[in-house]
Amino acid sequence: MFDIIRKSLATGIVTTDYPQTPAEVASQARGWPEIDFVKWRDARPAVAACPTGALACVDGGGTRTVKLDLAKCTFCGLCAEADTAIRMTNACELAARRKEDLLTTARYALGPAGAQGKLVATQRSPLATQPSNLDSIGTELKARIAKVLGRSLHIREVDAGSCNGCEIEIVGLNSPVYDIERFGIHFVASPRHADMLLVTGPVSRNMELALRKTYDATPDPRLVVAVGACGCSGGIFGQNYASLGGVDKVIPVDVYIPGCPPNPHALLHGILMAIGRLPEK
Amino acid sequence: MNILPELQPALADLTERFEGRIEAVHAPRPNEVYFHAQMELVPGFCAQLYKKWNGRLVSLFADDARAFAGQPSHPSEEHPPLAPRTTPPAPIPGAFHIYYVFALDAAHGFFILRVPVSPAQPEFISLTNALPAVNWQEREIQDMFGLKLEGHPNPRRCALHDDWPEVCPLRKDFDLHTVLPPFTGERHKFREVEGEGVFQVPVGPVHAGIIEPGHFLFSVAGEPVLYLQIRLFYTHKGTEKLFENMPVTHGVRLAESISGDSSFAHATAFCHAVERAANVEAPPRARALRTVCLELERVYNHIADIGAIATDVAFVVANANAMRLKERVLRLNEQLTGHRLLRGMAALGGVRFDWGAGQIEAIRQCVAWLRPEFESLVRLIRESSSTRDRLETTGILKPQTARDLGVVGVAGRASGIDHDLRRDFPHAAYDRVSFTVPVYQEGDVLRRLQVRIDEVQGALSIIEQMAVNLPAGPTRVNVPTPPANRVALGYVEGWRGEIFHWIRTAADGRLARCKIKDPSLQNWPALSEAILGNIIPDFPVVNKSFNLSYSGTDR
Ligand code: SF4
Repeated sequence: MFDIIRKSLATGIVTTDYPQTPAEVASQARGWPEIDFVKWRDARPAVAACPTGALACVDGGGTRTVKLDLAKCTFCGLCAEADTAIRMTNACELAARRKEDLLTTARYALGPAGAQGKLVATQRSPLATQPSNLDSIGTELKARIAKVLGRSLHIREVDAGSCNGCEIEIVGLNSPVYDIERFGIHFVASPRHADMLLVTGPVSRNMELALRKTYDATPDPRLVVAVGACGCSGGIFGQNYASLGGVDKVIPVDVYIPGCPPNPHALLHGILMAIGRLPEK
Repeated sequence: MNILPELQPALADLTERFEGRIEAVHAPRPNEVYFHAQMELVPGFCAQLYKKWNGRLVSLFADDARAFAGQPSHPSEEHPPLAPRTTPPAPIPGAFHIYYVFALDAAHGFFILRVPVSPAQPEFISLTNALPAVNWQEREIQDMFGLKLEGHPNPRRCALHDDWPEVCPLRKDFDLHTVLPPFTGERHKFREVEGEGVFQVPVGPVHAGIIEPGHFLFSVAGEPVLYLQIRLFYTHKGTEKLFENMPVTHGVRLAESISGDSSFAHATAFCHAVERAANVEAPPRARALRTVCLELERVYNHIADIGAIATDVAFVVANANAMRLKERVLRLNEQLTGHRLLRGMAALGGVRFDWGAGQIEAIRQCVAWLRPEFESLVRLIRESSSTRDRLETTGILKPQTARDLGVVGVAGRASGIDHDLRRDFPHAAYDRVSFTVPVYQEGDVLRRLQVRIDEVQGALSIIEQMAVNLPAGPTRVNVPTPPANRVALGYVEGWRGEIFHWIRTAADGRLARCKIKDPSLQNWPALSEAILGNIIPDFPVVNKSFNLSYSGTDR
């Protein structure tokens, strides 16, 4: 007993102050890929290098449309290895309320031999620049939910088919380092006690029913947060005979947290965003 | 290609004993020998390897090779047969192949038996009655390929749930993107357990903790568990089929998502298989870096499990400390590979990132910090007599049962199974470091905890040995695209146990088949044995002491 107390005192407080302080990530960490659209000459090598289809391009009518979908991206960095116009940032706080906000589109006039000519238009995802903004649609409703659930939130985690990578980081939220309980948030054992479902996976066919039942068992008002590239979009698994794709294929999603898996900072960021408790920047 | 000298006696014995019945023998690599024969040879071949050569069947899978009608065998011309062919190779009609992979640990080699199954008579013989270890693997072949099992004691659906339509997803004529109709079939009927005061407790697939989904049905009389039925494959997501539908380089990334906690081990086993198919070897520095990463994966997972085992007997302070240590290792992983779970590091022909002096110093500092911290954590747990009380003699898996079920890895070593691919089949740079393999006989939760403690200490030593003495040179070599129909077995001792990836290459630089064998698949049935007679409240800690991967099993 005394040993335990002595050890705890000697260890001291190890909990991060995040989100009051910036996320503690290594300079080597890979966050989202940043593309210099003006300098970009040819998207095809990077598209070919991308294992998830997060980076994709289609040519037609003399233009090339390139899409970068952070809902699919695993931040592997292979596109940046293939093309110097792409740089890996180490930014991890990417959660978004709308999936469109994770999508960046660029349109180019098509040059000779498939090279990109003039950049015609880009539509950038607003993430990273204004992560805490509530979108206009349903703002009022969201604010009311935030008011009801914001100060004390019970989360039920549901693995709907993940590889267990997301679970490793979600478990980390309960560690003394991230200590999610300091926000009055805790994980509960049953959906009946939960205000929020934190769902990982591509939803496997075999988990579809269980996910629906879990959702139905969660009392209103409830929030659903889709976690990870797979939870947001199906990720590298996509849709196939055994996988339905992202969580929103089965139940409505309030917030998407990209990453493969998102680290605990990114998870905290997304969960706090869902309940409107991110500090104003 | 020369066969490993240690394998020669067993090879000579088999070729003599089954003379006229083994159609061809190929050794694409010195420790990987293929035997081609007909189905009727399987039981005898298997018995001979088990009884005389201490072999064990480590993987059993099928491959749809119907498209290769007319070709007597692959790998063909490149590796001329070693044993005299008794019959001229008559062109055989395209067939399914079933492969039986035996590890001969003492001889450091693999014998792989390949038998054809004719599409006209899609059946194969079950070995489950003699070898309970292959129960699920045989049923998976039946489900995924539509090959019927003959003589299996329980030939029900396993990998595809009962309400799935009649499909054979791993046949070549089944498209990955097939949209299946909604399930209408009958749902699974569990076995009834009857008797006075006996009742059943269903748990899952959504569990109370932050863990993966699966269904457990306990039959209990009072508190003690009489029978546990485990139903998995809830997270099946078509992974093996997906490998056949992407370029090999992308397969490395998919392999990282087979089981997230073993990202590096699975990806490295995959790279190992592809490198072996292409006859290249990763350079020494790459092998050293792989070794460090494999051990870092071992360290963070074992520490997490040690903490989780403590939690399940209500010793939360120990878990808080374990999580703190684990976080430190995850941050080191991020510094070394850009990713906390080591993703993105594995690459065909080596590793993706080299480490500078600063990163190597970071490894040294982390190990120096971790060692006393870990010792202090172990002391905390060891000195808590109430913790020991809960762990000792709980969830016993007897060595004989472990042997029958072919249990591997941590769970095996806690039950007297002295196998470790790092020692018996040195891969990465394990031939350059010294370590011991901890083995205990008692098979209880305490010993599974102890194996982890020993292995963390061993891993820290391996990391240190590697870090002070990293070979110079490149960290990656080019891996040329192997020609079609090469076969190769890649292997890695992950933190949970042995991982195998077997591949057959396709014509376009893709794979015709990628068979993944996670140790979890082998070990799940052991949990049903270990829990017998224990009380339900001890199930979480017994389960955690195995800590098997659902995703690695279900794929
Ligand atoms: S980081 Fe990887 S997954 Fe994301 S766009 Fe680039 S290549 Fe694709």
